[in-house]
Amino acid sequence: MSYADYSVGTPVVDKAAPDGPIETRWERRKFSVKLVNPANKRKVKIIVVGTGLAGGAAAATLGEAGYHVTSFCYQDSPRRAHSIAAQGGINAAKNYRNDGDSVYRLFYDTVKGGDFRARESNVHRLAEISRQIIDQCVAQGVPFAREYGGLLDTRSFGGVQVSRTFYARGQTGQQLLLGAYQALERQIHAGTVNMYQRHEMLELIVVEGRARGVVVRDMVTGEISSHLADAVVLATGGYGNVFYLSTNAKGCNVTANWRAHRKGALFANPCFTQIHPTCIPVSGDHQSKLTLMSESLRNDGRVWVPKQLGDDRDPRQIPDAERDYFLERKYPSFGNLVPRDIASRAAKEVCDEKRGVGPSGLGVYLDFEDAITRLGRKAVEAKYGNLFEMYERITGENPYEVPMRIFPAVHYTMGGLWVDYDLQSTIPGLYVAGEANFSDHGANRLGASALMQGLSDGYFVLPVTIGDYLASNKLPEVAPDAAEVVEAETAVRERIEKLLSINGNRTVDSFHRELGHIMWDYCGMERTEDGLLKAIDLIAELRREFWNNVKVPGTGAELNQSLEKAGRVADFIELGELMCLDALARRESCGGHFRAESQTEDGEAQRDDENFSYAAAWEYTGSGEAPVLHKEELNFEYVHPTQRSYK
Amino acid sequence: MKVNLRVWRQTDPVDKGRMVDYTVEDASEDMSFLELIDVLNEKLILSGDEPIAFDHDCREGICGACSMVIDGQPHGPERATTTCQLHMRKFDDGDTITVEPFRAGAFPVIKDLVVDRNAFDKIIQAGGYISANTGSAPEAHSTPVPKAAADRSFAAANCIGCGACVAACPNGSASLFLGAKLTHLGEMPQGQPERWDRVVNMVETHDDAGFGGCTNTGACATACPKEIPLDVISQLNHDYLKATVGGRRKK
Repeated sequence: MSYADYSVGTPVVDKAAPDGPIETRWERRKFSVKLVNPANKRKVKIIVVGTGLAGGAAAATLGEAGYHVTSFCYQDSPRRAHSIAAQGGINAAKNYRNDGDSVYRLFYDTVKGGDFRARESNVHRLAEISRQIIDQCVAQGVPFAREYGGLLDTRSFGGVQVSRTFYARGQTGQQLLLGAYQALERQIHAGTVNMYQRHEMLELIVVEGRARGVVVRDMVTGEISSHLADAVVLATGGYGNVFYLSTNAKGCNVTANWRAHRKGALFANPCFTQIHPTCIPVSGDHQSKLTLMSESLRNDGRVWVPKQLGDDRDPRQIPDAERDYFLERKYPSFGNLVPRDIASRAAKEVCDEKRGVGPSGLGVYLDFEDAITRLGRKAVEAKYGNLFEMYERITGENPYEVPMRIFPAVHYTMGGLWVDYDLQSTIPGLYVAGEANFSDHGANRLGASALMQGLSDGYFVLPVTIGDYLASNKLPEVAPDAAEVVEAETAVRERIEKLLSINGNRTVDSFHRELGHIMWDYCGMERTEDGLLKAIDLIAELRREFWNNVKVPGTGAELNQSLEKAGRVADFIELGELMCLDALARRESCGGHFRAESQTEDGEAQRDDENFSYAAAWEYTGSGEAPVLHKEELNFEYVHPTQRSYK
Repeated sequence: MKVNLRVWRQTDPVDKGRMVDYTVEDASEDMSFLELIDVLNEKLILSGDEPIAFDHDCREGICGACSMVIDGQPHGPERATTTCQLHMRKFDDGDTITVEPFRAGAFPVIKDLVVDRNAFDKIIQAGGYISANTGSAPEAHSTPVPKAAADRSFAAANCIGCGACVAACPNGSASLFLGAKLTHLGEMPQGQPERWDRVVNMVETHDDAGFGGCTNTGACATACPKEIPLDVISQLNHDYLKATVGGRRKK
């Protein structure tokens, strides 16, 4: 039986979500959770893996609540988690602009923006909590942009028509993360959180069906150790690096999530990845990552390509009449502010027509000439100065004078481990927060909502819901030498030894690049049945070659960056297969995912609500073995599915 | 382009370490400096050698992980630029480039170009925060912040914690890092209640961690990839004096 011959299992149901009026579901859920006696909290151990917005916020908040928290990150400091790189901003339904915003409107926009593949209950909760997040961050001293009166400034952001995005220059993620990091460091000082930096989680420990700990590797000494707890939280981010080139940090990986998946946690909607329209184009084979230019640039920049095929004049010499402002032309009411998926696909289309710009032909212009004329260079500099500098450093071109060149790149993954309304996975006691879970963004994430979700999960949702599990279940202490612990540790050691022993002819990076090419070509912005079937075969072949021909120098008992990468790439290869299978099974276009067999007459994405209004949660059955699909039906009681139109 | 590299190699914290010469024949001017090391490492692995260990992560100048001293300057010759954002077009064909780890007593070398900067986290633990438990915050607009204060606070909060200031300082002082955090929090009304304890506790932890004192050379601000202004150190000294000699800190 081949990998593509998956079977369909029993549906998966979110039992934690309350029903009744959506406005009070979260309130009612908070009231129904059992509380852990404050005196007992310090005896309860919780492991949090990852220190980004979700993990850092969760560890700090759980520590403040009095739990005994152990936190791990692979970086040399929790402050370096990749949330730090988010540029644009964070949405909140504060309606400070009096422009008609509300919790309901943010909820509505997010459900619609996710192309009706997210849960209504989750999204409404997110919109409610958005307001508390801003309050919390201001109290921590996050230096948001402010007006002259001293009040908070906001801006409008890709895909919405109200001004609800709070920001700190182009470094909002950095400032929010430093807020969470400082709260975390405060708890480390207070002794409620034990922090292990430069430690990588390599296995989940499951005892009697419950998540009870993790096996980690000290990346400096190579020491393998087990840590036990009453519950485990994974806040380990997204898996965009399966494409090799993405806007993710080099270290971002799927290993923690994939290890949990292999131990029984369902993986939902893996093919839902977000391709961001405004990244700096690839410059050559040496390229190691792609750099995002915040999409806030689309508020003032105009996207265009030459009308004429093969027009290779300097862009400044091309008169307005010979430019095709294709987003404004195709989507007159949203123009340059259409959601990310639409903007990305439109850019791909013009490049497929050979009207792309730059040396590779894979690029479109993002032009600020009009904005500079209208607002003045100073105003443009105040808004985007740091982004313009970054662009010039990378490309050697000055965007105040020459239009920027941009091209879409993988940026965010909406898929992730399946969780219920409480953020609990299908393994009891394993919670998943932030980008690592699948729940809130459906098939496409709107700008400025990732930071919102990470902090919502970390500060406000998980610390409440995890208490219900801890108070409701008897969790006897696990002995350090229990069979499950020893088995998990042994598996980690054996895998490391295997990777080091192959001693083949290809570097880890060469496998990773090849995987990335397969994923981008067949499981990127546009997908076809034939292409996906081909990709599944190619990846299976790559997996076999990897385990026979990879070369990992050095030993396991030292800082060994090749070994770290090898383990991650091995998991990315298995994930890549699942992503292609998920994309194959979803014979509809939706959100960031365009299935060529499912389009309208004018070439727009055609969603198929009759057959695909579900979240696809996959069960692992073995490496290279056909997985089992469990569907979670999605019901829309409040926002009725319509074909999205931004025209 | 062709470049010659002289790179610090050190197998572990106790190894004495040495400079080793390498040549990269097929560098491109569009490469970042870290991509140059990537290319070299791929060759080293295939020829059976150990690749050069170095810290890096976001590769877009914001995480603060990358940390090399290039031709004697932390993060290399380009101002306001981290190593990951430094591109080979800043060098000439045939150049010989020296690459070393950040050197400071408080940043011991772990391997090759990787150093331990955990002392920075310790300084933050001593008080680099505003105590505001989750859920306790008042409505955001109940605390207006004058724009000038918010902007100065932001300029200081821009610090990425890379440690270039320490590597550049002849005394191995982290005063710029300290001053940046104290200014970020001290400019905010929310940061006032803990202001005087914060400065004293953070300075003590800084000194205990083995960082040196400031003698106003200004090398830190010149090396800082985020252009943290030198006046944050004046703020540090001002607050420290007020807290101690000025008696603002209530015991």
